[in-house]
Amino acid sequence: MSVQLSVDGRRVDVNVDPRTTLLDLLRERLDVIAPKKGCDHGQCGSCTVLLDGRRHLTCLALAVAQDGAEIVTAEGLAGGPDGEHDLHAMQRAFLEHDGYQCGYCTPGQICSAVGMLAELADGHPSHVSPDLTAAPKATDEEIRERMSGNLCRCGAYVGILAAIRQSAQASA
Amino acid sequence: MRPFAYHRPADPAEAVALVAADPAASFLGGGTNLVDHLKLGVTRPGTLVDVTGLGLDTVEQTDASLRIGTNVRNSDLAAHPALRAGWPAVSRALLAGASGQIRNQATTGGNLLQRTRCVYFQDVTTPCNKRESGSGCSAIGGYGRYNAVLGASGQCVATHPSDLAVALAALDAVVVVLGPDGERRIPATELHRLPEEHPEHDTTLRHGELITAVELPSSPLAARSTYQKARDRASYAFALVSAAVGLDLDEDGTVRDVRIAWGGVAHKPWRATRAEDALRGEQPTEDAVRAAVDIELTGANTDDQSAYKLPMVRATTTYAVHRLLEGSR
Amino acid sequence: MEHREGALGKDALTLWLVQSTIARGRVLDVDAEAALAHPGVVSVLDHTNAPILGQGVDEPDLELMVLQSTEVRFRGQVVAAVLAESAEAAREGAALVRVSYAEQDAEVEFGPDTTLEIPDKVNPDYDATSDDGDVDAALAQAEVVVDQTYRTPYEHNNPLEPHATTALWDGERLRLVEASQGPYAVASSLAPLLGLDVADVVVTSPYVGGGFGSKGMAHAPAMTAALAAITAPRRPVRLAVTRQQMFALTGYRTRTVSHFRLGARPDGVLVAIDHDVVEQTSRWKEFAEQTATSTRTMYAAENRRTVHRLARLDVAVPSFMRAPGEMPGMFAHEVAMDELAVACGVDPIVLRERNEPTVDPETGKPFSRRRLVECLQRGAELFDWAERPDDARSRADGVWWVGTGVASSTYPAKVMPANQATVTSCEAGEYRVEVGAVDIGTGSRTAMKQIAADALGVDPSCVQLEMADSSIGPATVAGGSSGTASWGAAVVAAAQLFRADHGDSPDPGLQTTASAADIPAAEDHALHSFGAIFAEVRVHRWTGELRVPRLLGVFSAGRIVNPVLARSQFYGGLIMGLSSGLHEDSYRDPRFGHVVTQDLASYHVAAHADIGDVRAEWLDEEDFVVSPMGTRGLGEIGIVGTAAAIANAAFHATGVRVRSLPVTADSFVS
Repeated sequence: MSVQLSVDGRRVDVNVDPRTTLLDLLRERLDVIAPKKGCDHGQCGSCTVLLDGRRHLTCLALAVAQDGAEIVTAEGLAGGPDGEHDLHAMQRAFLEHDGYQCGYCTPGQICSAVGMLAELADGHPSHVSPDLTAAPKATDEEIRERMSGNLCRCGAYVGILAAIRQSAQASA
Repeated sequence: MRPFAYHRPADPAEAVALVAADPAASFLGGGTNLVDHLKLGVTRPGTLVDVTGLGLDTVEQTDASLRIGTNVRNSDLAAHPALRAGWPAVSRALLAGASGQIRNQATTGGNLLQRTRCVYFQDVTTPCNKRESGSGCSAIGGYGRYNAVLGASGQCVATHPSDLAVALAALDAVVVVLGPDGERRIPATELHRLPEEHPEHDTTLRHGELITAVELPSSPLAARSTYQKARDRASYAFALVSAAVGLDLDEDGTVRDVRIAWGGVAHKPWRATRAEDALRGEQPTEDAVRAAVDIELTGANTDDQSAYKLPMVRATTTYAVHRLLEGSR
Repeated sequence: MEHREGALGKDALTLWLVQSTIARGRVLDVDAEAALAHPGVVSVLDHTNAPILGQGVDEPDLELMVLQSTEVRFRGQVVAAVLAESAEAAREGAALVRVSYAEQDAEVEFGPDTTLEIPDKVNPDYDATSDDGDVDAALAQAEVVVDQTYRTPYEHNNPLEPHATTALWDGERLRLVEASQGPYAVASSLAPLLGLDVADVVVTSPYVGGGFGSKGMAHAPAMTAALAAITAPRRPVRLAVTRQQMFALTGYRTRTVSHFRLGARPDGVLVAIDHDVVEQTSRWKEFAEQTATSTRTMYAAENRRTVHRLARLDVAVPSFMRAPGEMPGMFAHEVAMDELAVACGVDPIVLRERNEPTVDPETGKPFSRRRLVECLQRGAELFDWAERPDDARSRADGVWWVGTGVASSTYPAKVMPANQATVTSCEAGEYRVEVGAVDIGTGSRTAMKQIAADALGVDPSCVQLEMADSSIGPATVAGGSSGTASWGAAVVAAAQLFRADHGDSPDPGLQTTASAADIPAAEDHALHSFGAIFAEVRVHRWTGELRVPRLLGVFSAGRIVNPVLARSQFYGGLIMGLSSGLHEDSYRDPRFGHVVTQDLASYHVAAHADIGDVRAEWLDEEDFVVSPMGTRGLGEIGIVGTAAAIANAAFHATGVRVRSLPVTADSFVS
């Protein structure tokens, strides 16, 4: 079946087996390997991208069902207009705060973090928001809860938190 | 994964017709559970009918209720100001489930129709009556930490994993369904069923019936409600047990009305009506809540691995009431 | 293993594994008809058509003798593999393969009635038993005795990157891009079984997404990919092991049962330490976790005894998982010490100080460094230990019971022989340094460059580093906290010899290869790192749920080459220790023989919300008895003792003593 996508700013028009997941389409067919396959079942977050601006797992998405979607991977976040080395501010913050160890979960963490801060800015509450009706704040507890869909087996959470905290403060 | 045909129907009636006509067809929503099952071989449909393009993605508020389209994503629903103000237990339940990414993908109807996370159901190399009728139940006598303690049968001890469904069952929600013969309305408490002799059926829906909306009635109970979930991780984990509680107090502090539903204890969200009956007219003290819970737990069945669920459901319910009395929601 | 261009070129075939659904018996038939009829499926490999392995090899490694016989030794064994043009076709092809079996009775779990054996050695080469003094007599006379049993569960390494192999057979050489902690180890274990010279199996591991021991040796999937590549010459074969398959095929930590008996005087001074371990291995390949070896070195006592007893079962082969032995063994020992502290009414830190040995109790050798007490004292200061109430269940904050706990940590320092490095002078004052190191995320690429630059006396920008390639030559694995010291020692040796041979301004093209020199003093010393772990645990008064808002490790671990990398290793160890303390539990169903919690939704590892304020500190030191860089290794020590500190803090919070991991809410629910 034919699917049209925008991937990191590139127009893509491909024929796919209906069984193909968005993750496999990106990695195996389009050579976009920033999203990683950690579990293939929505249990680790390594395959996270921004889909139509929101953080999204590509392993649990069938490619055929995403026709017309705009996808930005961690690779697409770089190359934006905002800064040295073309890295996104969140990527620079991860570098600065050593927010990774092996790097495998990192592209998913970064996309998730960018999407998460947008959700915060939109006033979305979380499980740990003390008052459901109030506007949430980017506290450490909120960031940790909201980033819990991205597992890091190396245990780089300390740096990940510091990186996101810095980005949240910069964008606040 | 068996090859399948993929359809994107133009309207709900066409979606229903496509699935109703084909025993091997399934609806596809956000895909967060179905795609998982396709890969594992838990289900092998011949046709997928994608319903995410049908609209049905708005939340409408009237004086008496909130009507939630089936395609409203979990994150959008949880963040909806009307829901947060009027039905906090529902928002809390959604936020206690899955992860930010999954909540962005999962739909309202899809959340209710997700299937058990029983490890044997998901492992096609082991017997499971829910996956393959008549093959046996591996969870009985097997890994039992997440097994049902209420309403299970000799055929199945699986628990329903949805947090949302528990809050809906507590707050008297109605599920609106479109089928080949038109629309019908099902109380949320009657959407899911107990396993009895047919655990292969999670719900009372007939093949081809599509959830189109969920309606939540407004009430003082709903406005003073919360959802408490105990789990093995601080986040991103299914419930050990959970409790949705709505509380309406008289001026003297006695319980005018109350709603209690539990997750993680049964094949369906467990509406604890006997506990509710016991609490009405009483002061909602810790002892009174515990006693009410114990009435409901009469007849519970546990083993070494699941015995903890009884004190935990007692604790979770008591704590939920405690929070409501403190003014948190 | 991440690579953009498919690493070995386009046009790859996808391989999918088919696993046994019995624990023991024989394959009667592999019916591939339906699979072969599926569009895109190219071939199905099984024992009847796979290339023959191990000809002329005595006692081949049975884990790697894939598809060589009808014998099924554990549930989840590779019994067939499907090659296809796409991942979708390969997965479905594998689902369509029908395997029939003659099943035999299997023994897949150990209990009170299981036959146990004391192995000849425990991993890697320790005595299985030790016995000094008269433990039974001392315990009989001891005024205070702690006599308890401690349990740790099966655990799976679960690096976020699953094991993966791309293999290409060009008719003469086999090339593998492999997610490995030791490309040379993979090449040297596969090559003889394939009838090839090691030089003709080229393994590269340019980027590896974590390993934690599970990628420390070649496992069956890598060999399956090699076999498949031989059947499909000149087309790369790609195999990505699924998360579920990893639970059977890529190693795990054994369950352990530690019976501990501590005998002490009323002031807590130990007179006897007895550690009796029961654990398991597969019947067909032995891996005996060294659970009690740290007990031999930890504390002074005149009477000390340890023994490992092994059940041999029809199960997947256990293997290295971060701090094999020390992690489960020290959980038992350090909870037992906490129980002794309570029994004697002595502060847990004071108790450890009172039992500090002057020399290694096991060997009588002096320690190259033993700064455990300093670690405990520094940690106590940082953690406000002085404010801690003596009694358990005496502090609450809102809905939480609050407690703090401490545990010691230790890990042996090792420098592996058999590493070599080559230094070559290039143009413009640059040097090429080749060493068979591999970077699994620890930052060894950075560390090697730094060590080479230091040893050559040049700026790091002048060093071109080549690593992660088996063709560089013999090299040991990134494991056992030995990588930096072992590879680094070879780099230092090669750099020093290069300078001696060629001076400070060499012409381009000059080359020196060297291995690390032995450090004679190492033989005369006990070489160990030490640490102190502090945890604050909060237990929910209603539900019993646990949180760890504070976790601190203070370590004496040799010279820190790079503080950023070191802190990351310590954090990673502490957090994996927290994860084992609160979450990790592989449930092997005794009726089937495989682990049924075989994904990341049912096998929990710590999520971000489980992590609070984690801190790691270290004592400034150098240890030139261990390595020429003064380093001792950092990868494991953070995980050791952490689960015990958490269990001890949970006891302090609630008064409930949990002696089995993981420590979960059901133990505390009221």
